[in-house]
Amino acid sequence: MAKDSCILIVDDFPIMRGIIRRMLTKRFNLNNIIEADDGVAAWEILHQKKVDLIICDWNMPNMTGIALLKKVRADKNLARLPFVMVTAEGKKENVIEATKAGVTGFIVKPFTAKDLGKKLSIILQEEE
Amino acid sequence: MDVEDKVEDKIDGRLIRPFINATLNVLKTMAFTEALASEPYMKNKETANGDVSGVIGMTGDHNGSLSVSFPENIILAVVSNMFGEEMKVVDDEIRDAVGEITNMISGQARQELELVDVSLDAAIPTVISGKNHTIKHISSYPIVAVDFVVGEGEFSSEIKDKFTIEICLES
Repeated sequence: MAKDSCILIVDDFPIMRGIIRRMLTKRFNLNNIIEADDGVAAWEILHQKKVDLIICDWNMPNMTGIALLKKVRADKNLARLPFVMVTAEGKKENVIEATKAGVTGFIVKPFTAKDLGKKLSIILQEEE
Repeated sequence: MDVEDKVEDKIDGRLIRPFINATLNVLKTMAFTEALASEPYMKNKETANGDVSGVIGMTGDHNGSLSVSFPENIILAVVSNMFGEEMKVVDDEIRDAVGEITNMISGQARQELELVDVSLDAAIPTVISGKNHTIKHISSYPIVAVDFVVGEGEFSSEIKDKFTIEICLES
């Protein structure tokens, strides 16, 4: 993935967006980062800008992460977009639901920079 | 319910330990903060031991709720450590952080509970703030409290206080 790749972070908790942003900047030197506070705002951004990777929370008001994932996968222009779910919901049924919906990666909160880095390294390499 | 009631007489200890583990892990992982857990004890007061509390309802094999109550100095230190920036006042950002911490503790505890075949789902957390606020659990279920003494972190070297989680579960 190129350094100017656009990453969309979707989370209703601004501090979590800040934590992920800092990890992406420090570890991957990625600086083209956009934030959205729910699935509705993210969906609008996806139709205005070219995004290369989505990192998305599961539980959010208005439109949840899983609902956004399903919409993305159903859209012919966005269907192949890498989508990483970052969530406190690590129960088996959640992982299965996200996998069935076509999630690219799944990270359970709390996570360390190393956890996020490891998962993204795999995804970013696959994208190259 | 009497404060001298023994926890083990009121609730299965296997339901409590995952919440203690999750609290320690969330603090350590997201806020780089070590904490020391007290022995669980029965609680019969509605008043919270803190200034900002997150409360989350749970349903499934056991119905109930989890609350996490922080004194102002501790939550400011914890969020400062999480964010890498010193936080000075309890504002919406801090209240959001308490909701998120509560959510993460609940999520991780429920994941560990699955290992002992206990399945719980959680609602969206709510946050209450203010001195001596009260927390309403379902009063007919036992309420177990655990205090956590916070150790040193980048922003918490002067902290000598504790925060409390309360687990109210149908036994």
